Amino acid sequence: MHNFDFVKPSSVADAVRALSAEGAQALSGGQTLLPTMKQRLAAPAVLVSLTGIADTKGVSLSGGALSVGGATTHAVVAQEARKHYPALADLAGGIGDPAVRSRGTIGGSLANNDPSACYPAAVLASGATVITDRRRIAADDFFQGMFATALHDGEIITGVLFPIPEKAAYVKFNQPASRFALTGVFVAKYGSGVRVAVTGASANGVFRWTEAERALSASFTPAAIAGLSLPSEGMIADLHGSAAYRANLARVLTGRGVASAH
Amino acid sequence: MPKDGGIGASTVRREDIRFLTGKGRYTADINLRGQAYACFLRSEVAHGRINRIDTAEARAMPGVLAVMTGADFAAMGGNPAGWHIPSRNGEAMKEPKRPVLAHGKVRHVGDAYAVVVAETLEQARDAAGAVVADITELPAVVDMAQAVANPDLRVHDEIANNVCFDWGWIEDNRAAVDAAFKTAPHVTTLELVNNRLVPNAMEPRASIGDYDPGTGDYKLYTTSQNPHLSRLLISAFVMGIPENKLTVIAPDVGGGFGSKIYHYGEEAAVLAASRALNRPVKWVADRSESFLSDAHGRDHVTRIELATDLEGNFLALRTETLANVGAYLSNFATATPTFLHGTLMAGPYRTPLVYVNVKAVFTNTAPVDAYRGAGRPEATFSIERVVDKMCRELKLDPVAVRRKNLIQPDQYPYTTPVGLVYDTGNYPATLDKLIEIADFSGFEARRAESARRGKLRGLGLSTWIEACGIAPSNLVGVLGARVGLYDAATVRVNATGNISVMTGAHSHGQGHETVFAQIVSDKLGIPASSIDIVHGDTSKIPFGMGSYGSRSLAVGGSAMVKAVDKIIAKGKKIAAHMLEAAEGDIVFEDGKFSVTGTDKSKTFGEIAFSAYVPHNYPLESLEPGLEETAFYDPANFTYPAGAYACEVEVDAETGRVEVVGFACADDFGNVMNPMIVNGQVHGGVAQGIGQALLEAAAYDDNGQLLTGSYMDYAMPRADDLPMFTVDHSCNTPCTHNPLGVKGCGEAGAIGSPPAVVNAVIDALHRGGHTHVTHIDMPLTPSRVWSAIQN
Ligand SMILES: Cc1cc2nc3c(=O)[nH]c(=O)nc-3n(C[C@H](O)[C@H](O)[C@H](O)COP(=O)(O)OP(=O)(O)OC[C@H]3O[C@@H](n4cnc5c(N)ncnc54)[C@H](O)[C@@H]3O)c2cc1C
Repeated sequence: MHNFDFVKPSSVADAVRALSAEGAQALSGGQTLLPTMKQRLAAPAVLVSLTGIADTKGVSLSGGALSVGGATTHAVVAQEARKHYPALADLAGGIGDPAVRSRGTIGGSLANNDPSACYPAAVLASGATVITDRRRIAADDFFQGMFATALHDGEIITGVLFPIPEKAAYVKFNQPASRFALTGVFVAKYGSGVRVAVTGASANGVFRWTEAERALSASFTPAAIAGLSLPSEGMIADLHGSAAYRANLARVLTGRGVASAH
Repeated sequence: MPKDGGIGASTVRREDIRFLTGKGRYTADINLRGQAYACFLRSEVAHGRINRIDTAEARAMPGVLAVMTGADFAAMGGNPAGWHIPSRNGEAMKEPKRPVLAHGKVRHVGDAYAVVVAETLEQARDAAGAVVADITELPAVVDMAQAVANPDLRVHDEIANNVCFDWGWIEDNRAAVDAAFKTAPHVTTLELVNNRLVPNAMEPRASIGDYDPGTGDYKLYTTSQNPHLSRLLISAFVMGIPENKLTVIAPDVGGGFGSKIYHYGEEAAVLAASRALNRPVKWVADRSESFLSDAHGRDHVTRIELATDLEGNFLALRTETLANVGAYLSNFATATPTFLHGTLMAGPYRTPLVYVNVKAVFTNTAPVDAYRGAGRPEATFSIERVVDKMCRELKLDPVAVRRKNLIQPDQYPYTTPVGLVYDTGNYPATLDKLIEIADFSGFEARRAESARRGKLRGLGLSTWIEACGIAPSNLVGVLGARVGLYDAATVRVNATGNISVMTGAHSHGQGHETVFAQIVSDKLGIPASSIDIVHGDTSKIPFGMGSYGSRSLAVGGSAMVKAVDKIIAKGKKIAAHMLEAAEGDIVFEDGKFSVTGTDKSKTFGEIAFSAYVPHNYPLESLEPGLEETAFYDPANFTYPAGAYACEVEVDAETGRVEVVGFACADDFGNVMNPMIVNGQVHGGVAQGIGQALLEAAAYDDNGQLLTGSYMDYAMPRADDLPMFTVDHSCNTPCTHNPLGVKGCGEAGAIGSPPAVVNAVIDALHRGGHTHVTHIDMPLTPSRVWSAIQN
């Protein structure tokens, strides 16, 4: 790790100001950024910690939606979202291990947009809104491919607003080594229709499986998608699974998600 | 019932108190006054010509004390291969020099070509970034079949076809084996891969070189399983330091699994740097370096054929194997695929004719050497998979076929067609025990229950045998070993009656401090708490060969028992004098020397005291003191054996395999501490399940390691494993060592992979996927799913 300066502002405004400095980078739970720095693959000059800002932490109801602060850890979501949005709590409780969940945050996960991360599936399937220091971004606009998002330089995710579905489920199939999602599917049923988001599978990052959404909006049963399949083109192929395998997983996990939605 | 704390008691591991409270003292915990820090530069290409290494800028960086490159070590000897394996045609094996730091060429990703030494680790790392290496990348050869076939691709310029040796075992039997295949009623053929593994000891390698300019003595603290062997290699072969001027200390070592048997260039580099700078130089590998530069394990590609009659009686077996040795020969790389593999191809069976061919192949990958089980897992996997396949082809019961081919209890000593003499065993007994403890009769009900949950359940079986407790020196000498394989122990009784035992064995997690103390306690009637086990420091211990190949107890423990016997013999002489009796009338029992038939006796403590305060002592005929050293060279290998069963559930839609049951019936001979033996089996089975389902060191075509971190290299974790059922009640004591022990350290890793794979294939067949005859390890969900699809 190279040397760096460290600041821990207590307001979003101060954080935004600190991030405008040359070589500054936001630090949330550090579960992605710190390992990268230890390997000397990243060397920010200033780390701006986002974990000292009280109003970007916690889970609360806001209108009919669940509001999750950007600096809320996975462990807190796993606990506090359970009553309102159990599938989201399940997802958070299945990320990494207890140490990772106690540090890692939703804001960090979404900003990073790892193609195998879990949260992007929940955000996209819920049609959530990502709230930043300067604007509100619809989930459909936020994710822009592997490790790419709509965020501008120095823009901070301060929270996420999740509309609460009637039923939902997240089904994650672990990559055997990292235990990130080899493929994960989030299924959410709203009055207005069903949304299905798939993570881990596509080389373009999280995506919606619209064909399944249509079928499930008509009939929210595993049988409704039994005849559907996803093309292998564009799927990730690596040591842990071929493209065809990931396409298969997305289909199988969607069915299981529908069956277990609660 | 065993005596409390003696042989056979499940004594709690005394060393765990310091390990679990963070008081262990590992090499990285040692900090010497004035120490500097080393950082190695490692090749990023698999194969390249070093044109120039410009160190000027690095040398000028803050805190930098030295930058050394391969050129600085070019005059030194190479790190030698410990076994010479000639080819079938009598040709000597190819032994390219393995330099301390790569010189001229880099030959695998991670091959170290320079080292920077600086005041702090961060400074060393910063300066390493400023070393400019001009390396022309050359085509890499990664795949063994390609390495052998393409004469233009050479890891070492002087070795055409990259073949180290082409070994036949036993060459004289080849014609008879081939003839048997020509007339056999049935031949089963299987091509399989024994996947390459990264050892992943919890503690990465680390070394501190400490040269004393006052005395000219060198000291090396290092992560070694065998400090004397390391000292011999470094002093006599690589650096030319007189052996008596080098002390090697392997303090607490956090696991080795084979990877810390070998001498590595980093050890010589820190010693040389310390000598050059007159101050200690420390290096601790990070995990990425471990992945790239620790000797890997396994990596065989094998074609095996089994000839049988239609009732499944084994008639002949033959195999052809390509064994990857990587870019350089690690110390035991040549022994592992030959004398630890080919000699085991009879397994526990009466196969009358066996022939094994192994070609060792250089590739642009990390060196490959012995890893827990070393050759024997590869042999067992090949045999047990082909036997299972044969049973399926001939529609025979895999239990019945194995049972009728096993060597029978009245056939010992049993000479195999591959050169070993099994001294004792009872393989049918362990098989029967397995069937009982794994509840074979309840399987069908369990399968039906799994089916109700949409899962395919399968039951897999394997039998295994290994030759361990290596080894008779004269025998391994004939087979090509360049070292002896005895071990040694010194038992020092102190004046106050407590005891220090200096052992040549080395504990890097096994629990020797507990078990060895139990044995001495049992033999001398002294509480184990008064006995200390000292290991790992060549300035304290006698010249032993260290720990690997499940040899610590069978060989090192036997040396210790011999030394204890000498103590008792001397004690009797002292007692005879003190008790004014004839030596022949003295008996030693429960810590007391007494005159038979009388109530006259002296305690062990009184005898010890008299040996050191010899006021009333036969000084004219006996030296004072009570300290004895013994060397023990075994008469034969030991042959632990057993039978394993694995139960799996397969999710056919995703290909995911879950191990839901695992049972082991083992014969380890006499068991000294059942709890520790269970732990060894558990750990071994965990690694075996890891190999079968999770682990693989994968290189791409350019020789880049794709699994260079835990993000991609899957280690088994507790929730990947079921509760294990372990039994070692069917034991036949080893006939030729004083404790009757055979060794248990590798068993789990040997017997388990074929049981797991056999179980998965069984599950798929029961589920109607009868086209699947084999899946190469690791059986990842993706591979299992693909096999089902095809
Ligand atoms: C062992 C391990 C296992 C894991 N397993 C999983 C898993 O199963 N599933 C999964 O989804 N993830 C997993 N993760 C990743 C984990 O969820 C991380 O917490 C997450 O990816 C990053 O969150 P963080 O708060 O730690 O962010 P940091 O590491 O602090 O930051 C990550 C990046 O986001 C930027 N950033 C951080 N916060 C903000 C913000 N509020 N606004 C704008 N930019 C920001 C940073 O500048 C940095 O570039 C795992 C991580 C580890 C170490």
